[in-house]
Amino acid sequence: MAAGNLTRRPSRKRAPPAVPKDNLVTVRNLRIAFQEHDQDVEVVKGVSFRIEAGSTVALVGESGAGKSVIGQSIMGILPKIARVTAGEILFADAKTGEVTDLAQVDQDSKQYQQIRGGRISVIFQEPMTSLSAYHTIGDQISEALFLHRDVTHSEGMDLVVEMLTLCGFPDPSKAVKRYPFELSGGLRQRAMIAMALVCRPALLIADEPTTALDVSVQAQILKLIKDLQAKLGMAVLIITHDLGVVANMADEVIVLFHGKIMESGTINDIYTKPKHAYLKGLFGAVPHFDMKPGERLISPADLTLVSPMPEDNAAKEKEEAKRPARALLEVRNLTKEFVARKGGFFGASTENKVVAVDDVSFEIREHECLGLVGESGCGKTTLSKMIMRALAPTSGEILVHRKSGTVDLARNRDHGGELNQAIQMVFQDPFGSLNPRMTVFDIIREPLVIHRIGDRADHAVKVQELMRLVRLDPRFLTRYPHSFSGGQRQRIGLARSLALDPELLILDEPVSALDVSIQAQILNLLKDMQSELGLTYLFISHNLAVVDYVADRIIVMCQGRIVESAPREVLFRNPVHHYTRALISAVPYAELDRPLDLSALQAGDGTAPSAWPPPFTFAPGQKMEFLDLGEEHKVLVAVGATKKDLPK
Amino acid sequence: MIGFVLRRILLMIPTLLVISMIVFTIIELPPGDYLESYVAELQARGETVNEDEINFLREQYGFGQPVVQRYVDWVWGMLHGDFGYSFEYRLPVSDIVGDRILLTIVVSLATIIFTWLVAFPIGIYSATHHYSWGDYGLTFLGLLGLATPNFLLALVLLYLANVWFGTSIGGLMEPKYLDQAWSWGKLVSVLEHLWIPVVVVGTAGTAGLARRLRANLLDELQKQYVTTAKAKGLSPAKVLIKYPLRAAMNFFVSDIGHLLPAIISGAELTAIVLSLPTTGPVLISALQSQDMYLAGSFLMFLSTLTVVGVLVSDLALAVLDPRIRLEGGQSR
Repeated sequence: MAAGNLTRRPSRKRAPPAVPKDNLVTVRNLRIAFQEHDQDVEVVKGVSFRIEAGSTVALVGESGAGKSVIGQSIMGILPKIARVTAGEILFADAKTGEVTDLAQVDQDSKQYQQIRGGRISVIFQEPMTSLSAYHTIGDQISEALFLHRDVTHSEGMDLVVEMLTLCGFPDPSKAVKRYPFELSGGLRQRAMIAMALVCRPALLIADEPTTALDVSVQAQILKLIKDLQAKLGMAVLIITHDLGVVANMADEVIVLFHGKIMESGTINDIYTKPKHAYLKGLFGAVPHFDMKPGERLISPADLTLVSPMPEDNAAKEKEEAKRPARALLEVRNLTKEFVARKGGFFGASTENKVVAVDDVSFEIREHECLGLVGESGCGKTTLSKMIMRALAPTSGEILVHRKSGTVDLARNRDHGGELNQAIQMVFQDPFGSLNPRMTVFDIIREPLVIHRIGDRADHAVKVQELMRLVRLDPRFLTRYPHSFSGGQRQRIGLARSLALDPELLILDEPVSALDVSIQAQILNLLKDMQSELGLTYLFISHNLAVVDYVADRIIVMCQGRIVESAPREVLFRNPVHHYTRALISAVPYAELDRPLDLSALQAGDGTAPSAWPPPFTFAPGQKMEFLDLGEEHKVLVAVGATKKDLPK
Repeated sequence: MIGFVLRRILLMIPTLLVISMIVFTIIELPPGDYLESYVAELQARGETVNEDEINFLREQYGFGQPVVQRYVDWVWGMLHGDFGYSFEYRLPVSDIVGDRILLTIVVSLATIIFTWLVAFPIGIYSATHHYSWGDYGLTFLGLLGLATPNFLLALVLLYLANVWFGTSIGGLMEPKYLDQAWSWGKLVSVLEHLWIPVVVVGTAGTAGLARRLRANLLDELQKQYVTTAKAKGLSPAKVLIKYPLRAAMNFFVSDIGHLLPAIISGAELTAIVLSLPTTGPVLISALQSQDMYLAGSFLMFLSTLTVVGVLVSDLALAVLDPRIRLEGGQSR
């Protein structure tokens, strides 16, 4: 009976009521339900808001808040199991002067097809999967144009090239013939924006447009959206969980929680006088650069819980800080070259050498957290794989200093031994890194099984202990990963990595796939465990604020080289290297009085060392040296450069 | 792109050489040779064996020579169109196979076309209407098709065709057209008989293909770029054809390489039941009676088809998928 009820809208038709003049979109009492197992689950519960023509409205909330579903309902691209059960979405098109209730229009009708892509457009989070790999950029962009505008093929292609120019493509007339996989992530997102805007829509829905991008690319894309908005006079509905992005983009903010609006208002009201506890909690969960020593993130999900942190922890931390730190892991002149062969067989083969990690040296001290910061492609993952011995270095040493003596991991190929137990890894994707067909118990004890430690009874004791350590209820042990949220899964991954009592944990972007409130919980957990168990961390991330929160010392990597290294406080107080400064300046703050300096952004990639000012410029293979600035602060400069050569 | 095609074609040479070695080893493996089993058979029937004739034949066909020499002769002969001599039929291999190959190709091509024509609409319908009654019904039919033994289906269809349409039992044409030159009547007769083997051989393949197309298309339909296309305002049918169907073609094209030999070898049992004048029954009897040159040539023929099929599907994939075409920085 429920299946027969799948009409998309209430059948009673009525004339759309008048809407205030400037409102482009007026959403009134919108309710959306998903049909699951013959039951309606309401995901949007009576939401009302408006978008004024030409303005930017931000929908803020965490995964499952219903923010993307609202965007999809305006676009008419709701999944099949979803339907609008009540409410209206009034779209007042200034071009035609008509007011349409989009909630009443069949998603597959001609009428909606004309609005979609023509008057309302959308860009998504993941620029690679949002574009088809089988069609050229030009084909995919012009398609929308030919659908909605009456233009000839050559006129159309000219308009596409014009749009690509507007979107900052370096060589637009060539770019139309490129395939998405030939472009970088930033350029793909620019292509996606060009596709959305080529018909000059009245409203752009940007669904997490920069979440998958590096911080400097994110700043460029945000700037692009703002510029184009000013040029084309469109309204933007930006859907995001990043309060820093919101602060830089929005005029009005709507905060969603479990399908309901918690708070809404102008950006000023929201940021200066947050009223609702959830919103305050969100602000408290965002790591920022000026946290006081010992200040903890507060996750809104924790609000009702007592903090699990032992009281004497702060004292313990101090005590540990006094102990002279011994290096646990020492990396010396580590280099990894990849050789890509083109052609082959009977054709002439050419070798293309890529230096992924270029003469890198650093040390990780016992009980410290070393932060490794860099953008995609900088070599940080290659580096961590070499420490895990998943990749063999081309040259250099990776020395582990243990009580039993010093071992060079670069040469020691003895797998399965106790060295493998001493270094463990936590992965980025909490969904892909757990086997969906194993119970939590089996997942966590698997390292013990592999290393033939103890029997099943021992494992049960150990696993219970690990579950308590990562603050999960031991009763969950018989469940499978799919019944856990992202944050809980990451805890399971953490428990697995701790099963062998490792000395060093490599954390590869452990929180970048999580919502801010969950991220705050995991970061706090990591901090607590470090002091409880005396662990040593190598924390890899592209998020400077996160690294700032957990790390004691930080190294910054770019194009396979370390460009700057310093203790945490020093690096953020006094960044010296051009690249570090660019990175820090590209982080959006969740504060209104500290907007991104968008005018300072270069149009190209800030990650090209050839574009840096001297003495930082380097070409591939060029010899560079470190300049010691005191306080363990080192920066990579041209040979012979002194402190005087550094920019102020 | 031209370099890619050339490289792929050149790569076929060593592949075929290795295959020929394996084939030759296989047909040499059983103890003895055709003449020995021939002599044994004659003796068993109580006939006298002419030692001179046997020795003459042994000399003639080089049975006394070392293995390597015979292998080289065999390969050299095949390169010149000489596929050896069939002891069983006492005819050159090419004379026996020649007629049958044409009919084999006709039956196979018709089967492939039948498979595609039926499987494609079913697969697309099942994927776009998944978990509907239509999907369940087609799935049931498909499983039935997969599970029914070919020879049983062949017998049932033969009976029905004879009762309903009066088609003669067995073969690919009315007996009166056998050994006749091609004429309009012969063609019609072939077409009348053709549908039975095509349906029989094609059923299992059709069901499998429809299932695979459904699974692949379902995967693609979930992907983000489909939503993007929809968000541009394309109609649902256009979205389906331009984006996910195109992506789902990949598996299909890479399947061609295996389709050719599978259909030709898979049809053998059916061919015996239906007494089709195709290559299948000949291959089986040749293997049984150690008619080594006939069997060897057949195996080589099947292998060549496989290699050619893989080449065709690789080239088609390169045309279809820019990621393969432009891989490794090939010039556009």
